[in-house]
Amino acid sequence: MTLTAAPAPPAGRARPRVPRGHRRRVALGWIATHALAIALAIMFIGPLVFIALTAVMTDHQALTSRLWPDHFEWGNFADIFRRAPLLTWIGNTLLYAILATVFMLVSSIPVAYALARLRFPGRRLAFLLVITTMMLPPQVVAVPIYILWARFHLTGTLWPLILPMLLGDAFSIFLLRQFLVTIPREYSDAARVDGCGELRTLVRVILPMARPAIAAVALFQFFYCWNDYYGPLLYAGTEPSNWTLSLGLASFKAVHHTQWNLTMAATLLAMAPVIIVFFFAQKAFIEGVKLTGVK
Amino acid sequence: MATTTLGRRGNAAPVPARSPRRRRGLVALLFLSPWLVGFGLFFAYPLLATVYFSFQRYDLFSLEPVGLLNYRYFLRDEAAWTAIRNTLWLVAVMVPLRVAFGLGVAQLITRLKAGAGFFRTVFYLPSLVPLVAGTLGFVYLLNPASGPVAAALSALGLPSPDWFGDPAWAKPGLTLLALWSVGDLMVIFLAALLDVPKQLYEAAALDGAGAWQQFAHVTLPVIRPVLMFAAVTGVIQTLQYFTQAMVAARVASGGTDSAGTVFVPGYPDQSTLTFPEWLFHQGFRDFAMGYACVLALILFAVSMVFTLILLRQFRGIEEEA
Repeated sequence: MTLTAAPAPPAGRARPRVPRGHRRRVALGWIATHALAIALAIMFIGPLVFIALTAVMTDHQALTSRLWPDHFEWGNFADIFRRAPLLTWIGNTLLYAILATVFMLVSSIPVAYALARLRFPGRRLAFLLVITTMMLPPQVVAVPIYILWARFHLTGTLWPLILPMLLGDAFSIFLLRQFLVTIPREYSDAARVDGCGELRTLVRVILPMARPAIAAVALFQFFYCWNDYYGPLLYAGTEPSNWTLSLGLASFKAVHHTQWNLTMAATLLAMAPVIIVFFFAQKAFIEGVKLTGVK
Repeated sequence: MATTTLGRRGNAAPVPARSPRRRRGLVALLFLSPWLVGFGLFFAYPLLATVYFSFQRYDLFSLEPVGLLNYRYFLRDEAAWTAIRNTLWLVAVMVPLRVAFGLGVAQLITRLKAGAGFFRTVFYLPSLVPLVAGTLGFVYLLNPASGPVAAALSALGLPSPDWFGDPAWAKPGLTLLALWSVGDLMVIFLAALLDVPKQLYEAAALDGAGAWQQFAHVTLPVIRPVLMFAAVTGVIQTLQYFTQAMVAARVASGGTDSAGTVFVPGYPDQSTLTFPEWLFHQGFRDFAMGYACVLALILFAVSMVFTLILLRQFRGIEEEA
């Protein structure tokens, strides 16, 4: 992280031969870049701070433009649980996110392994098809899939979002595959010499080495579900007891004609888990995002 | 008697000694099987069915072949064309701005001597915020009555627009939201920038290249594939732009479709109506599913063009694996 692409030498006494003017220019550059970084950081963090501050304002103050709460109204957080079935929504969201993540891992790891490390005819085509399904908008095939679930009377539930995860998720397969191809062949060759079949090689040798990538896809999948709005909007129906947190949050202000302070308290509640987990698993997130870029 | 015996004899036919190659093929097939079924059930079949339904009138209950009616209706559907214009606006404005901003922020981080890790975390964080939560936050931040942005603008003596309540400002408002959550792109660009061999910069510096020249003649050519990839995936993602537009319109208008009335996306004045939103509305709120399939095929055709560009990038990589 501390690597710098810029060749500018650090300003300081260590380099006495550098002419004075140059040193001053370097120092000014240092100040300028850091000032810019701090200004940007304030802009990136600002919205989160305003959301948090508004969440603890009184109804009345939330309608004014005074930024600092005159009085911290912690009761807002209890209030939102009274006004909306937040616990039900959180429960539904957790059910969706946990089951989808577990199902995705079970189904996608073997596929990624085959694409990355087994040789078979059509492997390239299969990989290109995985990328294609990953990239194409979900809306393209939404109508027939919706009809399919309607036939099984599963619209109005979250199952149409959970069950397909048993059949692999293209994005996770892609990400895992990108990681698995980087593991040197010698490891699996050695396992094969020791008489391991493909399944044992996968479970005993490759999976332990792929832990960072598995952690990344699991986190991405979990938070994809946690954040998902389109899927629940399509399938969860009009009965609020089937909604997820994202879906409920989107209608929170309109349905309850609620004040901004309560809406922001609910918003904070929805984003808190993501931010907390991020601070504990920062590395997994960052490594995972890097895998999504082309190498 | 023939068939059953034949069938049985067929099963009993001696299996040719399995060559290692064939065995490996079978193992691969086994490992791939979940995805193969998923591909058929949730991609290949629905894609074909979409083509079929596009020639039908279908509302989940009655199916009636109508020939090209849905396609002809599309040509006259004003809202669909508005949605196309809005989506193209987002692609043309949001994607380049996000790429440029993400690259700028990443480049800034490479120049920081102190706190690079801290700033990377801060810049990345907003991209994790759930879309619905982030959108709600921005509608609040930008609301002209009590939002801090309006207060700041008026303190500077600048006029503050009604962002999500003004057709001219709603899309720029969504663009600000997209720039705020640029973190994932930034992380990808930062990794690419740190991979640029340092010798290249040293050589360029010896030749007397300034910072800007180094950026244009060393950095950009080296990270071009990464930028291309980000731009193309950005276009495809923006073609699907849905949640933020839907939530912003819903919250700003105070509308909802849970209280019995169907919420029509696009507030204010269809200015945030995106193509996927119109598809969703036609298919799953008005249940004009045949017509929604026409819209789906158009979305498919456009995103397929960009997906093919992406696949070309992957073709070379796959060989070495």
